[in-house]
Amino acid sequence: MTEEDKILQEVTTTDYKYGFVTDIDSDTIKKGLNEDVIRLISMKKNEPDWLLEWRLDAFRKFQKMTEPEWANVTYDKPDLQSISYYSAPKPKKTLESLDEVDPELLKTFEKLGISLEEQKRLTGVAVDIVVDSVSVATSFKEKLGELGIIFCSISEAIQKHPELVKKYIGSVVPKTDNFYAALNSAVFTDGSFCYIPKGTRCPMELSTYFRINQAGTGQFERTLLIADEGSYVSYLEGCTAPSRDENQLHAAVVELIALDDAEIKYSTVQNWYPGNKEGKGGVFNFVTKRGICHKSAKISWTQVETGSAVTWKYPSCILKGDNSIGEFFSVAVTNNYQQADTGTKMIHVGKNTKSTIISKGISAGKSNGNYRGLVKIMKGAENARNFSQCDSLLMGDQCGSHTFPYIEVKNKSARIEHEATTSKIGEDQLFYCNQRGIGTDEAIGLIVNGYCKDVLNQLPMEFAVEAQKLLSLSLEGSVG
Amino acid sequence: MLKIKDLSVEIEGNKILKGLNLEMNKGEVHAIMGPNGAGKSTLSAVIAGREEYEVTGGTIEFEGKDIMDMAPEERAHLGIFLSFQYPVEIPGVSVTNFIKTAINESRKATDLDPMPAKDLLKKMRDKQELLEMDKTFMSRSINEGFSGGEKKRNEIFQMAMLEPKLAILDETDSGLDIDALRIVANGVNKLKGKDNAIVVITHYQRLLDHIVPDFVHVLHEGKIVKSGTKALALELEEKGYDWIKQGA
Repeated sequence: MTEEDKILQEVTTTDYKYGFVTDIDSDTIKKGLNEDVIRLISMKKNEPDWLLEWRLDAFRKFQKMTEPEWANVTYDKPDLQSISYYSAPKPKKTLESLDEVDPELLKTFEKLGISLEEQKRLTGVAVDIVVDSVSVATSFKEKLGELGIIFCSISEAIQKHPELVKKYIGSVVPKTDNFYAALNSAVFTDGSFCYIPKGTRCPMELSTYFRINQAGTGQFERTLLIADEGSYVSYLEGCTAPSRDENQLHAAVVELIALDDAEIKYSTVQNWYPGNKEGKGGVFNFVTKRGICHKSAKISWTQVETGSAVTWKYPSCILKGDNSIGEFFSVAVTNNYQQADTGTKMIHVGKNTKSTIISKGISAGKSNGNYRGLVKIMKGAENARNFSQCDSLLMGDQCGSHTFPYIEVKNKSARIEHEATTSKIGEDQLFYCNQRGIGTDEAIGLIVNGYCKDVLNQLPMEFAVEAQKLLSLSLEGSVG
Repeated sequence: MLKIKDLSVEIEGNKILKGLNLEMNKGEVHAIMGPNGAGKSTLSAVIAGREEYEVTGGTIEFEGKDIMDMAPEERAHLGIFLSFQYPVEIPGVSVTNFIKTAINESRKATDLDPMPAKDLLKKMRDKQELLEMDKTFMSRSINEGFSGGEKKRNEIFQMAMLEPKLAILDETDSGLDIDALRIVANGVNKLKGKDNAIVVITHYQRLLDHIVPDFVHVLHEGKIVKSGTKALALELEEKGYDWIKQGA
């Protein structure tokens, strides 16, 4: 091992900084997966019959499906029977303000450096917190309500806006879309719901902080976001999870619907527990995220992925309407023994549709990072355009990085460009920084953030700062 | 200020420096000249603390302190600056962000708070002017797509910002046209003071017309074989290095 490699190994080996457990009173049902469990979830949530039937249908189809194995990751498949499918902090009473939130919970957010009060005061972000599947605090609701914007937990939406939920749930990600989407459809416990009315520009960034908390509970979030004609919304999702020895399964489904001329910006910072330095533990993150763009609509996915032991995630756009636009900006960091297989799918259906893909992979330690992307131009998609750029940055000589671009073109007028690079953080770059008084940890942070700049620039300002910190944290030994 | 004694250095088993001695005081400008492969760049890298070089003997003292075991950034914090012969590109990191990080990391090392943004901006503007640099320059990724001249100007800009006690200019004149050479040399001269020292490493005497050295040393086969005043540089220009080689 050369001196440089030793340095790299040292600085890329970092204990997970958010590995702590919050002690909150929880209500958990017995482990296991069967129709009775699904009926119980539906009952506990007081759901309408159509939804129970929908769940049961998903479950029956799920039972005939097999777990996908095409992703370039290896892991022990989670035992779905040893998971408890419902865990909710016991509600004491309805919460009107933050003062009523469990102080333990608020402490958790403080440890993460995300003080809600501060967030609200400084940034005007409306925050809907999801801890172990149930929303416990919602803010800025009134202000949003005045504009007709609905931003609440999906459970609440099911009760209060069943017609919207019924119309759109499963419309972008069908309940049998894939193994994990089917599982989610059967057992999802909570998530977020958002509706922006026609011609309305949502005046603030909508934000949800997810956090897996109860040991042994899988989390099955369901997010449904509808932007009606000519509306605009920017939605932020950020996640961290406490340290656990056993693997935790997370199989979320996110559906975005951008009606004619609407625009949705969906940003994610994901920092779930990646497992320890030996590759033990960590979250399995098997997520299905997809959006549909109607005429002249636009969906932009931005993600900064630094956590999870295994990630399997392809935020996608179906460009159904003419002149619609899909974008995907991604930074995916893998360190120690993490594995990620992530990318996007851009399905061009309408005429003059455009898509852009910028993917920045960073692999360190003994990890393995993969980009997998599909650009599909359907027969009727006249003058479709795509530009893809997939860059990989390697740190040390024990990690891996792979790019799997798939391109399917069925219309001759399509124009597709694909660029890819692979680079290493050079000894020369580090020495140059060192010589200017910048220590190796800070230098790596600086170089990596520079490398990801095109993606970080897409994030809302306050989120970008957090993401930069996270990138440095995941790769450095001392900053924190 | 700088005291190098019997310095011997190897890289991958090749002996590059073989018992080099050099001493300089503050307020002085020293030029180190010599043919290709004499060990000029090795000397500058070793003073800055580059780790691939194995120091097999001798000592380097800076302001009375032995710096041999110090990391490159610690040496930088003491006030040692190296203007690189081949400055490195760092994509996506702007000149502004880079210099801000460099200044504030150095300040942190001496328990100072980060430089207020206003002061930083003003200082940047002043130094930019000194080196006749375009405004757009500050937001460009450091050294990425820079011409040879821009890279060297950027090095001297950083020197101006960091105000080092000891600046080593490694072939700062290479790749510069006459105008750029004048601007860079002018910048260096403005930064020269009674409390700092400058080492100019060069092949040619033309830079020394602009930055006039107090002492000139000739490095050959890992040792300083001849020292003198500015006149020595002129003599070298006229006769080449052969007569030194024969004498050595």
